[in-house]
Amino acid sequence: MRSMFTGVLRRELVSALRRRADILNPLWFFVIVITLFPLGIGPEPTLLARIAPGIVWVAALLSSLLALERLFRDDFIDGTLEQLMLMPCPLGVLVLAKVLAHWLLTGLPLLLLSPLVAVLLSLDMVGFQAVFWTLLLGTPILSLLGAIGVALTVGIGKGGVLLSLLTLPLYIPVLIFATSAIEAAAFGAPYDGQLAILAAMLVGSITLAPFAIASALRVSVN
Amino acid sequence: MLEARALTCVREERTLFGDLSLTVAPGELVQVAGPNGVGKTSLLRLLAGLSRPYGGEVCWQGENIEQNRDDYHQDLLYLGHQAGIKHELTAFENLAFFRRMHHTDSTANLWQVLAMVGLAGLEDQPAGQLSAGQKRRVALARLWLGGPRLWILDEPFTAIDKHGVRVLEQLLLDHTDAGGMVLITTHQDLSLCASRARTLQLTPYQEELV
Repeated sequence: MRSMFTGVLRRELVSALRRRADILNPLWFFVIVITLFPLGIGPEPTLLARIAPGIVWVAALLSSLLALERLFRDDFIDGTLEQLMLMPCPLGVLVLAKVLAHWLLTGLPLLLLSPLVAVLLSLDMVGFQAVFWTLLLGTPILSLLGAIGVALTVGIGKGGVLLSLLTLPLYIPVLIFATSAIEAAAFGAPYDGQLAILAAMLVGSITLAPFAIASALRVSVN
Repeated sequence: MLEARALTCVREERTLFGDLSLTVAPGELVQVAGPNGVGKTSLLRLLAGLSRPYGGEVCWQGENIEQNRDDYHQDLLYLGHQAGIKHELTAFENLAFFRRMHHTDSTANLWQVLAMVGLAGLEDQPAGQLSAGQKRRVALARLWLGGPRLWILDEPFTAIDKHGVRVLEQLLLDHTDAGGMVLITTHQDLSLCASRARTLQLTPYQEELV
């Protein structure tokens, strides 16, 4: 089973790396949205630092949404999704490998960009650390929850808007706790509580989401 | 042995077939025939476990396939309308992926298999740059890897040239001779396997008047 997990993971990474635009575009989107704010509301550091948590996380939500669609759509069109469902291995395991690959390509780069974001929004070191930790714990949840939405809408030709309507409400808890952690950090208060809740949500979604994704796919491919 | 008991398939509130039963025993080659839209593909997808029947059940070795999905899929090779290969990967990489996932016991040399399906020299081309027939050949190459006993092939000859069809038919014969099972739909006439094939004729469903 482990060999199949890594098999899917490797194939996903290799095929994504051969089509780089799909990975880079959501990242550019993330950076551009964040740079628009200082340009739009003025470069005053106190104001920027005040609204930074919201900006970072809304931009992260939107860029994750942008990248989500290609998670299952291409596979659905070229028939590889069908073949994945016929593998002698629980579908949940294979789906988890796909989501992990997706996170490595879309979530992890956001973490690498977070120092740049901190500079753009004039966050101090403590604020930057909070952004880093919330992105580390939060973006995998976005990928996992989003995958359920993609799995549900993959059978419908143009599911783009429907996908946003389905998934964005599910993202709200992550948004609330992540921004509250960054805000607490800005005031110098401890934010372990918020991080613990994010970690709990992550563990919950890693264990439960694969089942939901697998059954949603079975319904969609039916 | 593959058994379908009283299968009913409903698509968009239209009954495609009802109360359909069939068995495929080792060594049998069954051709599902019928006009377009009669439900051949739907039947094969039901039998493969890709969709769930409206009524009835599909059993493999006497067990409902939904209860024991992994064992069934270990024994099943299904090739549908789409080739099911990744366009960014090369023909070789695609085949290597399937061997790792599905034909774990296979000792076949992938280069030889690809040469056998007429893709010699194209192994390192991204599959997206191959022609429709060549893409299909990459998918069909899995048949040479061995392993699964039951083959469910939906229009496998589409876009394949005459020589390729003959080679493929010979392979189907060899597979059934070795005790394998083949379920196939095609609009072409089978030449080599014609005498061996049992035909299952699907006819448009007539609602019974009560």
